[in-house]
Amino acid sequence: MRIVVGHLYPDYLNIYADRGNIAVLARRAAWRGHELEVRTISVGDALISGEHDLLYVGGGQDREQALVARDLVQKAAGIFETVADGAALLAVCGGYQLLGRFYRDTSGDELPGIGLFPHETTAGTSRMIGDVLLECELDPGIRRALAGFENHAGRTRLDPGAQPLGRVVAGFGNDGESGWEGCRVGRAVGTYLHGPLLPRNPWFADWLIAQALARRLGDPPELAPLPDELELQAHAVSAARAESRGGRR
Amino acid sequence: MRLAHNSAGANLVSGVASTLLDARGAELGLFEVDEAALPEVATRVQPRAVCLGNLFRDQLDRYGELELVAARWRKAVRELRTDAALLLNGDDPLVGDLARDRPGAIVFGVDDPSAARPSLQHAADSKYCVRCGTPYEYAAAYVGHLGDYRCPACGHSRPLLAVVAREIALAGLESTSFRLVTPAGTAPVRLGVPGLYNIYNALAATALAISLGASLDDVVAGLESFSAAFGRFERITIGDRRLLMLLIKNPAGANEAVRTIFDGGPPSLVVVALNDAIADGRDVSWIWDVDFEPLIPGLQRLVATGDRAAELALRFKYGGLDADAIEVLPSLERALDRGLELTPPGGELVVLPTYTAMLALRKLVAERGFVRPYWERAA
Repeated sequence: MRIVVGHLYPDYLNIYADRGNIAVLARRAAWRGHELEVRTISVGDALISGEHDLLYVGGGQDREQALVARDLVQKAAGIFETVADGAALLAVCGGYQLLGRFYRDTSGDELPGIGLFPHETTAGTSRMIGDVLLECELDPGIRRALAGFENHAGRTRLDPGAQPLGRVVAGFGNDGESGWEGCRVGRAVGTYLHGPLLPRNPWFADWLIAQALARRLGDPPELAPLPDELELQAHAVSAARAESRGGRR
Repeated sequence: MRLAHNSAGANLVSGVASTLLDARGAELGLFEVDEAALPEVATRVQPRAVCLGNLFRDQLDRYGELELVAARWRKAVRELRTDAALLLNGDDPLVGDLARDRPGAIVFGVDDPSAARPSLQHAADSKYCVRCGTPYEYAAAYVGHLGDYRCPACGHSRPLLAVVAREIALAGLESTSFRLVTPAGTAPVRLGVPGLYNIYNALAATALAISLGASLDDVVAGLESFSAAFGRFERITIGDRRLLMLLIKNPAGANEAVRTIFDGGPPSLVVVALNDAIADGRDVSWIWDVDFEPLIPGLQRLVATGDRAAELALRFKYGGLDADAIEVLPSLERALDRGLELTPPGGELVVLPTYTAMLALRKLVAERGFVRPYWERAA
């Protein structure tokens, strides 16, 4: 099948190797006989709902985030409709912040978000930098680990009852205090983890591919297993880094 | 002239201080300073001249973001002695813009569209106008975001260049020649080091030397006798084989290393060493921003090594290299031996290490008696 990915602002939000995530989705889909078609949606481009199986939003520096924030608000309806239509979504770091209600910087100025994720972000005076390890339960009863790297000044507070992506085993996570990382709303996931995230967490790349396919199939399909020795080796090193020197809460 | 110089690369406040403690009788101090340490060093040393090269996406995990570093540099520049010379790389928008605050600044850059990249590289950092945020239009992009830029909205553009490289000829791995244009005259220069990035280094050195009163003849003689700092670009003979080592430490520099070895003939075997100590950057995501792709079609074997060898292997696997062509050997010593074993007698083994991997590899080679340690070579 063809999987259509809408990559939002790749020319602005690309600071932590977001193209690594896209490359992993493309190859792992192709190895199962699916073709990933990536369409760029940048400032001024229309986002037409019903066209995409997956949306991707990467991270940027403060300056680039401010440049896209106003445009993103104009795309809010298109993003909500695309997600309601069954598309999956992955937002990393800056993209994760902008999909919440707002980002308030240290001087009190607010960048508006679109409120897809039920959270608010306030900049702290220090950055939370280091390796991270999470325990996730995206499918009931199946616990799996995500390993990545975080680097953010924003403290993100989830609304009561909001679903996080995972529990922080080592590292800072959303705010360095709550013990939660990321946010999940159905097939939409936001996270601070870059690294990039997907090469060293192949199960999560496959989860996203299956969720994207589910838009047309109704249910996420079982994907054929792949030889993931290198991926699991990289995951193990990254997880060990987080446990030995990840940020302390 | 007796020089106090932190030649071994200790470039934090402590490194500058210990160099000064060690340098009784020095007439001039020359310090390569870490980008984050620059404001503090400038306050304490009160330099006669400050030369600012470029701001790349280097070790973001240590420093936070480029804009933040640029803002600190701007403040440091404002606080310089009024008679201090300021030398700026005008091809970097963030750095070139500092000339605004200091009318006497000497701006250097490259002016040769024939040496430009066909398009801005993926890793380019400062693509948006520093004043109004509109994407720059580049008449020529040379290394990363360095080039001849202009904002189509507000008109902010590269400042006028006083020290310029024209008529550039890159001769693969061996050398680079260009015409050096300065306020003190014009001269042809032949550098014994490869790559466009070394032309930027030469321009920075020229601007600095001229501002301190050196003659153009002295500048040219100095440039032509220069050899690369240890490990940044180095050929080492090991028995009947040779090692070619090029340091990689950020996307822009690694892209230049890839371009340099590609221009010298694409290798079928390469050893790439990725460590993640503080000096390498703990965040290894930068390898995904490097354009390794030009090497992949010609590669029959990649030996991935260092503490993050597996992550590096994934970079090449998802870049399209067949997984069967990849060997993961985290031990640097085993990877070096494996690389040499796969290199035919008389052949050359290309090694691309990060900083601490380079130091460790160099130590291994020195222990086997093939190269003198850098501290014995220091002038």
